[in-house]
Amino acid sequence: MAKVLVVTSGKGGVGKTTSTAALGAALAKTGKNVVVVDFDVGLRNLDLVMGAERRVVFDLVNVIQGDAKLAQALIKDKRIDTLSLLPASQTRDKDALTAEGVAQVMEELRSKFDWVICDSPAGIERGAQLAMYHADHAVIVTNPEVSSVRDSDRIIGLLDSTTEKAKNGEKIEKHLLLTRYDPVRAARSEMLNVDDVLDILSIPLIGIVPESQDVLRASNLGMPVTLASPDSAPAKAYADAARRLSGEKVDLNIPAEKKGFFGWLFGRSGA
Amino acid sequence: MVSEAITLPRIRAGGRSFLALVLTPEAPLDLWFQALDAQIGRSAGFFAGRPIILDMSQLSQDTEGLSSFKADIEGRGIRVIGIEGADPSWSAYEGWDWPAGFGGGRSPSADLEIPDDDVPQPAGARGTRILEEGLRSGQSVVHADGDLIVLGSVASGAEVCAGGSIHVYGALKGRAVAGMAGRSDARIFARLMQPELLAIDGYYAIADEIDADVTGVPAQAQLIDSRITLKGMS
Repeated sequence: MAKVLVVTSGKGGVGKTTSTAALGAALAKTGKNVVVVDFDVGLRNLDLVMGAERRVVFDLVNVIQGDAKLAQALIKDKRIDTLSLLPASQTRDKDALTAEGVAQVMEELRSKFDWVICDSPAGIERGAQLAMYHADHAVIVTNPEVSSVRDSDRIIGLLDSTTEKAKNGEKIEKHLLLTRYDPVRAARSEMLNVDDVLDILSIPLIGIVPESQDVLRASNLGMPVTLASPDSAPAKAYADAARRLSGEKVDLNIPAEKKGFFGWLFGRSGA
Repeated sequence: MVSEAITLPRIRAGGRSFLALVLTPEAPLDLWFQALDAQIGRSAGFFAGRPIILDMSQLSQDTEGLSSFKADIEGRGIRVIGIEGADPSWSAYEGWDWPAGFGGGRSPSADLEIPDDDVPQPAGARGTRILEEGLRSGQSVVHADGDLIVLGSVASGAEVCAGGSIHVYGALKGRAVAGMAGRSDARIFARLMQPELLAIDGYYAIADEIDADVTGVPAQAQLIDSRITLKGMS
């Protein structure tokens, strides 16, 4: 039974696309058939993060408008053969997506893949609503700062009211993914700590991805961080999150501040 | 009580716009018809199938030949879909088959030029479009009638489409679709060829399929044996 997962946040720039690519690659590495779908029509980026921008011919809008078949638009990953990408169109806008068209594509994807991961555009408008409408699961990507948390709260409200599941009286499974977490700044109260965020959003935590250069480097290389540097802290956080999504029980550690000698020295002198 | 639900088909109503021509006859009508006939002679077929609206506001009630005017004009194959500026109560209009009117309508900015069949069009000149500036990601310019010349660059994620050839005097980093009108002889030229996708007459090549030694240099693409083929231009 295929599962449709939407990666969403409300706020932009929190790491939806990075997380979509990383989770998609991590799930595909476990042997599952995974497709990542870029819903950000007009501002597509998932193709870049997946390193497939040189292979895009047809896109989601072409499939919806009947210009191309789904099989023509899907791009198979060169590194993991169970991973595919359905790119968005850059020259169109979100109005090119129709509810019926999206429904048809999602149904076809469900029949072909184990996991359909939808990368939502930022915002709460049409594009984001269409991306979440068919989801069974939602990963809410949140940064530990107030504006991101409030936007996530808004999105959770929409997930519980406007999706297909919600309309049928069912609940969509929601998971919180905390990204760009900096333990040092959290300890200094410069950002919200994990408990604060969980307190406000009160949905289960699926992972904490530490702020890291590895993520940026991987994106620039056109690789999901789970493939580019699988031993890095963020890659491990994503891999664990993927296992939790698959239903495994994995202990979750909150990244703690690692004090080096200088940190210890300054920490003391500051006290 | 019959409660059988009949599923009625959904009525599909799509919009379509036509440019209606407004003809404004002037007195004396026999002279006006001579001029019209001369015009039709130079440009056969221009009025064929076009919707025509008559603007009668320049004519007075006693204009000679007014009562037979409509029959005369329809006798020339002109289809009248509307009449404006006329008072149907005038006796001259008795016996006219008055078409249902159309209200409103915008006037185009300039009078339509009636093409002259005798003056030959310079080959290739008609339909060439020049874009003074480049295209940014997400922008798309479609020019189905001829060649397209871009003086700037076409960014990654932008798209230029032309019925004929495409010339890019900056860097071509987006998509270029040439020969849309089924022209397999169309070409794509770029001062710096680094495209995401090239297409000519329906055949295409993606960036991955393009040789590295013709990317990032001045190059042209053409269709040879149904394959997009790139050549450097030095």
